[in-house]
Amino acid sequence: MIAADRPIKRPAWARLLVVDQTGRVTQMPRANWLDVLRPGDLVVANDAATLPASIAGIHVRTGQPIEARLAAWRAPVSATPAVFDVIVFGAGDYRTRTEDRLPPPALAAGDRLAFGTLAATVAELTDHPRFVRVRFDAQGAAFWQKLARQGRPIQYAHIAEPLALWDAWTPIAAAPVAFEPPSAGFIIAWRDVAAMHAHGIHFATLTHAAGLSSTGDAELDRRLPLPEWYRIPASTATAIETARAEDARVIAIGTTVVRAVEDAASRLGGIRAMERQATQRIGASTPLRIVDAIVTGTHEPGSSHHELLRAFVGDRVLADATRALERDGFRTHEFGDSMLVFADARSRLRRASLPASAACAA
Amino acid sequence: MDDHASAVPVSLAKTRVLVTGGTSGLGLALVDELRARGADVAFVARTSGCVEKTRRRHPGTLGITGDIADKDAIHPIALQVLGWRGGLDVLINNASSLGPVPLAPLADTDCEDFAQALATNVLGPFRLTKAVLGALAASARDGRGAVVVNVSSDAAINAYANWGAYGASKAALRHMTRIWEEELGHLGVRFLSLDPGDMDTPLHALAVPDADPRDLLAPAVAAQAIVDAILAALPTRPAVTNPGSATYAEALR
Repeated sequence: MIAADRPIKRPAWARLLVVDQTGRVTQMPRANWLDVLRPGDLVVANDAATLPASIAGIHVRTGQPIEARLAAWRAPVSATPAVFDVIVFGAGDYRTRTEDRLPPPALAAGDRLAFGTLAATVAELTDHPRFVRVRFDAQGAAFWQKLARQGRPIQYAHIAEPLALWDAWTPIAAAPVAFEPPSAGFIIAWRDVAAMHAHGIHFATLTHAAGLSSTGDAELDRRLPLPEWYRIPASTATAIETARAEDARVIAIGTTVVRAVEDAASRLGGIRAMERQATQRIGASTPLRIVDAIVTGTHEPGSSHHELLRAFVGDRVLADATRALERDGFRTHEFGDSMLVFADARSRLRRASLPASAACAA
Repeated sequence: MDDHASAVPVSLAKTRVLVTGGTSGLGLALVDELRARGADVAFVARTSGCVEKTRRRHPGTLGITGDIADKDAIHPIALQVLGWRGGLDVLINNASSLGPVPLAPLADTDCEDFAQALATNVLGPFRLTKAVLGALAASARDGRGAVVVNVSSDAAINAYANWGAYGASKAALRHMTRIWEEELGHLGVRFLSLDPGDMDTPLHALAVPDADPRDLLAPAVAAQAIVDAILAALPTRPAVTNPGSATYAEALR
C-alpha cells in the first residue's frame, strides 16, 4: 500500500473497500459510505479529541534534549496531578523514522523533566528504558494551559509537514483524551450525521483514549495496545441495548469503538453507562458480542489493528482484502483510505453460541 | 467566592460555559451572572493581566489568554476548555471588534480595520464553534442540551452611518447563526442570536465617547436576560442519575 503523506482528512478521492457478510470484496468512493447502511442500523463513533501528546523538553540531570510521547492515562482522566505512561526518545523529532530515533539518556526515578514551563518528574521506571511513568507538576487548568502551549500532535515521518492540532481532530472531536487520532472518524462529515438522522440510521458516540500506533521499538510495539481509558455515556448504552433488542446492526467507526464496547460487554454482560480501562486484546478467537461491522483504515498484516479484523472475518477473506488493497493502490496510515468490514457467519455463530450468562442482557 | 454555591438555584450547576471576551463589559457581567447561578465557567480574553484579574474575582473559573481573531489560537483554546471539564454545554461568542476606532464612514475605513472586525466578529465565532461542535453535539445527545449564543446588535439590522465594519460583520454573524440553527437543529444544538441593547461598556464608550451612561443599560441587566434565554433553550437541568457520568464528573473535580 501507499503511505498517505498529506494531512487531508476527507479527500474527495478517498476510497472504501467493503467486505460484506459473505466475504465478497467491492470498492466505492468513501464519501458514499452511508449507502452501505440501512435504516435501523446503529453507527457508534469515538468522539475523543486528540491531545498534543508529543512534548519536547530537557532531561534536567543530564541537560539532554528529549521528546516525551504521552501513551496512556495512569490517573483518572483529568484527575490531578496528571500521571501518564510515556514513551521517551532522545534528541530529534518526527522527521526521523521512529525506528531510527535515538534513545533517551538513562532515566532514573525522581529525575526532573522540563518541557518549557511544563515540568514533570519520572515517577516510576518499567523494565524498558524508553517506557516510564511521569507525573506533571501542574494541576487542572494550569496543566491544560501549559500542555496547549508546549505539546504538538504525535506525528510520524511519512508526513513531512508539521501537523497542527486541528489536523488531528475528527469533526466530532469532544473530550481531549486520545493520544493519537481515532482516525477512522475522519470519514464522518456533519452532512453524514444529518443524512443518518434523515434516513433512520442511529448515531451514538463514546469516548476512548486511542493510544499510540507505533513506538519504534519491537519489544514495546508487542505491548500495544496499552490499557486504554474509555467512557460510554448513558444515551449510547441505551442506543446499543436497543439495537441489540431489535436485532439491528451495530457499526463501529474504528478499532477503538470495538475495543470499548467489547471490553464492556465481556466484563459486564451488557452495555451500561460506564468508564474504565480497556485491557482486552481482540483477535481471531474473540467473540464479538456487540459489533457487526467496522469502519477502519487499511492496516498492514501483523499490526494489532489487522489482528483485530480477524475477529470479524476468516484469514482467507482478510487475505483477499489485503490483495485488493495492494493491487489497487489503496493508501494507508491515518489519512489514508478506509475499509468497511462486516462480521462473517462464523463470527455471528460464535456470538450465538456464547453461554447465556456471558451474552448481553437484552 | 464559592460561597455562591449554597444559595444558587440548581439551574446551571454542572453546566459548562465558555464566554469569549470575558474580562470586561458584557462578557464580565456574563461571567458574574453564570457563576452566581452555579455554572462551570471558562472565559477567554486577549490580555493575560485582565484574565488573571477576572480569575481572582472568580476562583474556580478557567481563564484562557488568547485572541479568537487568531486562527492558530482556536484549537489551543478549545483544548483547554474541553480538557478542563471534559466537554462543553454552552458557548457564548461575545468578544467583538468595532473595526476602526474612532468609528469611521466606510469610505474612510482602512481595509485592515474591516478585516479585523470580520476576524473577531465572524471568523472567530465560526472557527471556535466548529472546534467545539463535537463537544456540544455530545452534550446534546447525552441529554444535557447545548447552546451557542452569538452576541448581536441592532447594527446587524439597521444601517447606521459610521458603523460599517461593525454592522456588516454583525449582520454576517446574525445570518450565520440562523444558518447554523437551520443546519444543526437535528442535533439538538441550539443557536441564538441575541441583541443585548446599548450598554454601558468599554466597547460602547469607544464607539460613542460622549454617550450619557444614564441612557445605557447596565451590562449586569443584559447578562441576566442572556442567561435566562440560555436556560430557556436548554432542557430542564437533570439531576445526575447516571452513575457513569457521576464518576466522570467526580474525576473532573
